[in-house]
Amino acid sequence: MARFLIRRGLTMIALLFAISLVTFLLFIVVLPGGNPASMLAGRLANPSEVQLISHRYGFDQPVYVQYFKTMANIFDGSAYSYQSSFNVDDQIRQGLPTTVSLALGAGIIWLLVSILFGTLAAIRAGRYTDRVLTVLSMVGVSMPPFFLGAVIIFYLGYKTSILPINGYVPFTQSPIQWAYHLIAPWFTLSVLFIGFYSRVLRSTILDTLSEDYVRTARAKGLSPRRVLVHHVLRTSLLPIISLWGLDFAQVIGGGAILTESVYGLHGVGYLAAQSVGKLDTVTLLSIVMLTAIAVVVLQALVDFLYAVLDPRIRLA
Amino acid sequence: MSATGADGDATGLGVSDGAVGGHSGASGALMEVEHLRVLFPIKSGLVVDRTIGHVHAVDDVSFTLREGETLGIVGESGCGKTTLIRTLVRLLDPTAGVIRFRGEEITGRSRRQLQPVRRQMQMVFQDPQASLNPRKRVGQILATPLKLRGLAGDRIEAESRALLERVGLHAEHLGRFPHEFSGGQRQRIGVARALAVEPRLILLDEPVSALDVSIQAQVINLLEDLQEELHLSYVFVAHDLSVVRHESDRIAVMYLGKLMEVSPSEELYDKPIHPYTSFLLMAIPIPDPAENRARTRQVVTGEVPSPIDPPAGCRFHTRCPRASDLCREVEPQLTEYARGHLAACHHPQNVSPAEIAAARRSEATPLSAGAETPRLPVSSA
Amino acid sequence: MSEPLLHVEDLRVSFATEDGLVQAVDGVSFEVDRGEVVAIVGESGSGKSVSAMTVMGLTRGPNARIDGVVTLDGQELLKASESQLQRIRGGSIAMVFQDPMSSLNPVYRIGDQIIEQIRTHQPHVSRAQAAERSVELLERVGIPRARERMRSYPHEFSGGMRQRVMIAMALSCSPKVLIADEPTTALDVTIQAQILDELRELREQTRAGIILVTHDLAVVADIADRVIVMYAGRVVEQGTLDELFYDPQHPYTWGLLGSITRIDRDRSKRLPAIPGVPPSLLHPPAGCHFRPRCPHAFGQCMQVPELNARVADAPAHLDRCWLTVEQKRSVRQVDGQIGLASPSAVVS
Repeated sequence: MARFLIRRGLTMIALLFAISLVTFLLFIVVLPGGNPASMLAGRLANPSEVQLISHRYGFDQPVYVQYFKTMANIFDGSAYSYQSSFNVDDQIRQGLPTTVSLALGAGIIWLLVSILFGTLAAIRAGRYTDRVLTVLSMVGVSMPPFFLGAVIIFYLGYKTSILPINGYVPFTQSPIQWAYHLIAPWFTLSVLFIGFYSRVLRSTILDTLSEDYVRTARAKGLSPRRVLVHHVLRTSLLPIISLWGLDFAQVIGGGAILTESVYGLHGVGYLAAQSVGKLDTVTLLSIVMLTAIAVVVLQALVDFLYAVLDPRIRLA
Repeated sequence: MSATGADGDATGLGVSDGAVGGHSGASGALMEVEHLRVLFPIKSGLVVDRTIGHVHAVDDVSFTLREGETLGIVGESGCGKTTLIRTLVRLLDPTAGVIRFRGEEITGRSRRQLQPVRRQMQMVFQDPQASLNPRKRVGQILATPLKLRGLAGDRIEAESRALLERVGLHAEHLGRFPHEFSGGQRQRIGVARALAVEPRLILLDEPVSALDVSIQAQVINLLEDLQEELHLSYVFVAHDLSVVRHESDRIAVMYLGKLMEVSPSEELYDKPIHPYTSFLLMAIPIPDPAENRARTRQVVTGEVPSPIDPPAGCRFHTRCPRASDLCREVEPQLTEYARGHLAACHHPQNVSPAEIAAARRSEATPLSAGAETPRLPVSSA
Repeated sequence: MSEPLLHVEDLRVSFATEDGLVQAVDGVSFEVDRGEVVAIVGESGSGKSVSAMTVMGLTRGPNARIDGVVTLDGQELLKASESQLQRIRGGSIAMVFQDPMSSLNPVYRIGDQIIEQIRTHQPHVSRAQAAERSVELLERVGIPRARERMRSYPHEFSGGMRQRVMIAMALSCSPKVLIADEPTTALDVTIQAQILDELRELREQTRAGIILVTHDLAVVADIADRVIVMYAGRVVEQGTLDELFYDPQHPYTWGLLGSITRIDRDRSKRLPAIPGVPPSLLHPPAGCHFRPRCPHAFGQCMQVPELNARVADAPAHLDRCWLTVEQKRSVRQVDGQIGLASPSAVVS
């Protein structure tokens, strides 16, 4: 156990370092196209002003010094956007509750619904239910959030006023309003994943059903329900759970850009979309680091869960 | 597999020169293995892995394979037989020891330097399904080794047809994929692929155990015919002692990485010297109800201990009813009895005091073995 | 002898596949008495496993068609409802499978897996009582330190030990019939001998009837009382152990007997192997299924022979071959052993 934690911790740190270095080089050195100092100084600036800005922001220093300074700023919360001169940390902090709310609700919905759909499709494989679910999954996978979002807003928002059109109400302010405002985004984001997840689960369950130990379970005289829940689902859920960990981390790190934008949720994804538009490299770099941390932490949790669910895997 | 008698192998099988052309050593030895060890490290550690132990897969094994001979290797799973033959073709690297093929040392050679030698030894695997590339047609599977041999164009095509016919398939099978064949036919393709480079030695790893009974016999017959026609040597590894006995001139019995007994194959059944060998033999049911009923059978208790921490002294002592204190402390030497029959046992069975007196320590004895000469057990003597 | 324990009559199983109808089992009849070992022998695709699994209702499915009669102690099983069958599976009929490596669920402790079976069939038994029973069962099948090993997972056991666990589990509800499907095929010979001893002892103690499904005639000779030989879905011969080994009537049986290597025999020059490969069950040959591989086939073999008693004074020795008993006795020897003559030797 201690060995697992120590090893995992070290790998996580190494991984984060590598990610930060690569993204830094991409964003700061390769991407911006042109000197950030001249962009900051504006079109009418003269060379001496550009030089002054360049010196003030440290753009004239060696790349590795710039890297360590930027990272230090990001991690101690003193990084400022060059474009808006807002504190990046504050901005992310403002967006995070919205994004976490979106991720949690949608994550639970898409996990549970895909388990239901995937299992149903597998045990009814080849029959009517399976075929209907197959078509639904295809529709879900190919339904872009901006389209689905637009449709929902139009019909359930403008036309019928069943759901709010956009906005976010903090949980602390009113849990009911919080959920009410998030129903449509949760649904929109879930549809995307449900289609894919239920397909994956369906095929894993079908594989597991042909395992010898499932035949043994049936030969023991267990009821079909017990065979399914205890002997089939437990092992079949593993691949779904690791997928879920990664996708959930993605959403936390602002991956739901489209959903957040359509519903006007000012979360991390929305911030990311804005920063891309402004080529706000410092903010983008911070968001990428947030995503990286979320992915690495959730991956570790998933591995831990794996080891709990499958005794053959040792924590090492 | 020629019909030589139990003790005729040394004289009768010297078919090496002439037709096939070769420069085998004066001894007629095709392959010599000396003190071969293959250990797999077990790694663990808090941050950085350290080696905390070894799996003793093959632990100081020596033997000589003669030209045209079939050497069978048997033992329970985990005895190291598969590791041994994989090391012989250098699919695995030995930890220590020397392998000589036709007089040339092949241990310590790089893969590149090995190329010409590797072509003379081929391997046939247990699962014909897994060892053939499912996306390649039979023609392509055979063409690769044929190109290695330097053939090109029409010659490849002609040679592939000839190979298929030699293993009992038809030339029109060239365009088919492996999945279009039955298990037995796939194993024939595996054999054809091995033959394509004109090897001297074929290492067979459980070649028939995945096949149905009626098909097993076909493949066994095929292997025998090929050996006779092409003067091949075989190393035949199997857990089924009756198949090995049918195939082999000599049989080596392995247990936990060590040789327990090496014997001409007829003699092994009539006169097993090592208690482990008799247990193995007794465990095999005979397909004859009356003989089965008449047989007294003693079933060996327990299971093979872990090869990570094998027992000291004789590795079989934990399951051996004849074990004495000596067996628990000193590793027995490999003793050579009459007619090339070797056994590593302090208290041998089926040998007379005279035979024990005439026996001598074999050069194949592991380096870690003691100098004690075998004696009859005090109790049963 | 009263009513037999297990009675199987004219069992037929076919599966609808994408490529067409597969007649996996085509008219199998046999009986198993208390304390008796009946072996079903055949190669892959012969229908031996399907026959055994159908007895337990394990082949039921939307694509399967099952006909015939199976009764256990007078109770009809093929028409039984799924919930009736659940009580029988693991209760009156238990099963041990070929591969002990994959037949136990890898994510549960072995103790829990045995307890699960006991509590399914005897819900009134408490967990603690079931655990106690499980320990006894594990000790019975020779697992050392059984109490500790209850908490082990399958991967912490060797293959032989896992097969013992499977047997312990099968015995947990005192079955009347034990179906063992290739129980020793995946094991080393030394462990095979231990497991066969275990089965013999079990038969003596519990008087359960055992159906042994295997491809290995040596194992059959070691443990069976009666033998059924199947080929491509049909029974080609059945009889007592001695009848089958010493007076075999079907050329396929000769082929099987001839093609096994024997540890106690001088190695002959060649094994009298059966030529060719078993037929596809999608397109089986007309008439006798063994006809294309049989060196003794003649015109009449285009019709399917009945499974009949043909040997005098052996009413239970049945075979499915058109040759007369005299013809069979004169052609089944090869080099002094029973075997299938190679086609070239028969041409004359």
